[in-house]
Amino acid sequence: MSQETILQLSTVILLLPLLGFILLIFFNKRLPRQGDWLGTGILFLCLLLSVIVLAGKLGSHHDEVLQFKFTWVDWGNVPGIGPLKLELGIMVDNLVAIMLVVVTIVSSLVHLFSIGYMHGDVRYGRYFAYLGVFTFSMLGIVVTNNFFMMYVSWELVGLSSYLLIGHWFEKKSASDAANKAFIVNRIGDIGMFTGIMILFANFQTFTFDDIFAAIQSGTIPFGSEPWLTAAGILIFAGAVGKSAQFPLHVWLPDAMEGPTPVSALIHAATMVAAGVYLIARTFTMMTADALIVITYIGAITAFIAATIAIAQNDIKKVLAYSTVSQLGYMVMGLGVGAFTAGFFHLTTHAMFKAGLFLASGSVIHAMHHALHHAGDHHTDPQDIRFMGGLRSKMPITFWTFLIFTLAISGVPFTSGFLSKDEILAGTLAFSSLNGHAIIPIIGFFVAGLTAFYMFRIVILTFLGEHKDAHRIQEIHESPFTMTVPLMVFAALSFFAFYSFDPFGASSGWFYAAVPRPESVVPGTVAAPGVAAFEEALHHSHSLAMILSLTVAGIGILAAFGTYYWKKISADAVADRLKPLHTFLMNKWYFDELYEATAVNGTKGLARAYAWFDDRVIDGIVNGVGSWTRALTLGTSRNWEEGSLGAVFYKAISAGLSIYIGWLVTSALMSPEPAFGEMLWNGILGLATAGLTFFLFFVGVGGFDNKIVDGLVNAVAYLAGFFGLISRRLQTGKVQTYLVFVIFGVMVFFLWFR
Amino acid sequence: MAQEFMQWLSHPGLNHFLIVSGILFSFGIFAVLTRRNAILVLMGIELILNAANINFIAFSRYGTGTLDGQVIAIFVIILAAAEAAIALAIVLNIYQNFNTINVDEINQLRD
Amino acid sequence: MDLFTIIFYSFAVITLGGGAVVVFSRNIVHSAFALLFAFFGVAGLYVLLMADFLAITQLMIYVGGILVLILFGVMLTSQVLDVQIKTGTIQTFPAVLAVSALAGTLVGIFWSTDWKTTAAPPMEVTAAKIGEMLLTSYLLPFEIASVVLLAALIGAAMIARREKNA
Repeated sequence: MSQETILQLSTVILLLPLLGFILLIFFNKRLPRQGDWLGTGILFLCLLLSVIVLAGKLGSHHDEVLQFKFTWVDWGNVPGIGPLKLELGIMVDNLVAIMLVVVTIVSSLVHLFSIGYMHGDVRYGRYFAYLGVFTFSMLGIVVTNNFFMMYVSWELVGLSSYLLIGHWFEKKSASDAANKAFIVNRIGDIGMFTGIMILFANFQTFTFDDIFAAIQSGTIPFGSEPWLTAAGILIFAGAVGKSAQFPLHVWLPDAMEGPTPVSALIHAATMVAAGVYLIARTFTMMTADALIVITYIGAITAFIAATIAIAQNDIKKVLAYSTVSQLGYMVMGLGVGAFTAGFFHLTTHAMFKAGLFLASGSVIHAMHHALHHAGDHHTDPQDIRFMGGLRSKMPITFWTFLIFTLAISGVPFTSGFLSKDEILAGTLAFSSLNGHAIIPIIGFFVAGLTAFYMFRIVILTFLGEHKDAHRIQEIHESPFTMTVPLMVFAALSFFAFYSFDPFGASSGWFYAAVPRPESVVPGTVAAPGVAAFEEALHHSHSLAMILSLTVAGIGILAAFGTYYWKKISADAVADRLKPLHTFLMNKWYFDELYEATAVNGTKGLARAYAWFDDRVIDGIVNGVGSWTRALTLGTSRNWEEGSLGAVFYKAISAGLSIYIGWLVTSALMSPEPAFGEMLWNGILGLATAGLTFFLFFVGVGGFDNKIVDGLVNAVAYLAGFFGLISRRLQTGKVQTYLVFVIFGVMVFFLWFR
Repeated sequence: MAQEFMQWLSHPGLNHFLIVSGILFSFGIFAVLTRRNAILVLMGIELILNAANINFIAFSRYGTGTLDGQVIAIFVIILAAAEAAIALAIVLNIYQNFNTINVDEINQLRD
Repeated sequence: MDLFTIIFYSFAVITLGGGAVVVFSRNIVHSAFALLFAFFGVAGLYVLLMADFLAITQLMIYVGGILVLILFGVMLTSQVLDVQIKTGTIQTFPAVLAVSALAGTLVGIFWSTDWKTTAAPPMEVTAAKIGEMLLTSYLLPFEIASVVLLAALIGAAMIARREKNA
């Protein structure tokens, strides 16, 4: 397949969902079935094209980077900056080709699932339109070759996730969650924006290649390495927001208020993966310090989220925190330098986590249906404490859910085992290279926790006895539009799709396709190179595998021991560790902390500004107003308000003020005030003041009646007289006026010729 | 004299364009002056604007040699478009209210 | 007589002939269509004056936009099936006098003034330069014009709208 074909197909893949969005948002009411078939069909077409692109890319252009650029704006030679232009374009390398397939596969299956799940929704057509625009913006992030388009798509992703989370905006919690997701993401985006601007200010280009090439040739931002680190960390801040890393992870669990397929699409597989993709894309320009920051953020996120997930009872909340935790894993993996492993985990996690969400959607759908049928509106259909024993009623959901759980826990023969194992090996290699021993410890601990809380859900939801014997009768397996995606995702959770060796991903096509890029940063601040890392990785590989299998096994056994065989009482442990349990249940009090600091701080600042505006600025304005009014009223109280005299007096004083103002201004403005002029001005000023004085104090009575009124009457009479005359000229017809104009023009012509 | 005039005629230059525009301008003025129908008045105005534009461009070509005249002409066209839209909207509105668009019959604002 | 002269006179005749029909025809539909020829002739004159971009603009905006608008106005306000499509004139005689005087003055001045001219620069494509000028020296008028157009758009829609409760 030729390069042009691949690039053209990628453009088509990018634009098709946009087309779907445009059609659906305007015509969803007119299309049969509100156009769900259109959105779904377009996405499956995209999936097909993406697979073709991937095959073509890996088959005939394995090691090339295909690019298409064009100059969008050319500012020419900007003074003080030099030639400046804005180039846009698309780029297809192996990373992009794989991401294309990941995004379209999840999106298309989510579309399919939504047909069943959202059946009968009030805004069914609009929902599919939003799914389309989301997919478009996500693909935009993936295929772009520059920071400009990436940032635009980045914000579009933020917008469409806002729309989708707030799909049921009648629910206060849903609209709040949408706002929260949007605002928290914005915080990260500011960082990313600043980072991009640092790069743009120094390199005058947004294109990845040009920036990396410039860094490699030794030009770094502002000539100092800390600035390069800062740019890297700031760009990573964007990823912190989108990929829900500590400390901006708080939006993702709340975002579960959106429809469950949306959670699968956005909050499991694609949007949150955007951050990881961003790190992968900019990996080559990250300095060692930036990578260490990334590593620690990832590790802290993985740890915090995993501990919170243990104490949650809402099935989607557990999955949400599990997602946050796994994203932390990916970020940590990229940070330690296990580039391929981190990105590999992104891919495998997208499959099984989307599957988990869809399967939980299937469960919630069934529970909701059963509760609705029983007329029970109090029981939460998402609470795992009310479930149990669903295995017999929903076999497909159960088995697929189990496969996903095995995959996320890192059990051999699943895709999750392959990727997680590589990340853990990477952390070991990292610590052996520079001694950050805490990173692998957190990694293995979190792996154990993951296995534990995931099997907790499986056991509480599907195994054991159902709490309500009557309710379980009403629970049915979901329709096939919902189960087919589950089965596809389950199939994709097996190792064979990624590598034929179930115990080592490095022999598979994926590893060959996405090698770790060499860093372009100056050697003094670069992380250990690929060769050194590979060497360390080689030594730690077997150890990592044994350890990860052990901790996963311990986690699974603990879950069964606690929730299935009841050897350990969960309640007793919770009681014993009461403060810890409360702490975890309340999600480490992050929301409360932010409420107390950031939210209230902002509100306080806003109140301070409001007070300043209200009191100080308005105060000055009102003060001037009332002062002037008092002055006027105070001096003119000799006359009735509104009488002619008062009007006259005011006119005089106004004139006097203007005159004095003019005097002052001209004195200030004229560079060399002539003495004679000043004298003349002084005399004029004195005369005016004297006249005013006279009017005010002396001639108030008679002068007013005789002279002032007489003058006014005379003016009025004259005005009336001329009005009568000129009235005859006013015919009210435009044409007459035009004749006057013509004569006027002719007079001018003849006069000036 | 006659030969000189023929000579002048056969070499069109700035003056020729200006004279065409002058005649067109007078046509426009005439339409505005004499027509009762508001839409015909509008057409007259369009003729006037076109005549002015010819002047601008002719001077831009023969007088200054720069493109400023053409840019001004573009603004004239822009304003003509805006004017035509507004004027026709007003005409339609007047037609709805008075059922006529003859300018001499619409005199409610007078007196 | 070179080609330039022939073309100039043909376009001048089209323009002035069109203009004359606009002004003197008693049938408003004829007037409207004659206006088309007048606009077209003016566009031709623009081409002769090396204003290619303006000629195209003239065709698009005047012929494509304004003329269509005017035709709509004609259709919407005259009962086409009526005999009333012929329109009257007013105060013809004084108008003839005034306009003749004006035309005489104008033509006389145009004729007799010794215009300061420079050698006409060679033909070149003007669109790029005009665009550059619009965004540099004439940026403010350009922005204001866009606001004016927006206001006109909204205003026209507001004014022409039929009152629901009237």
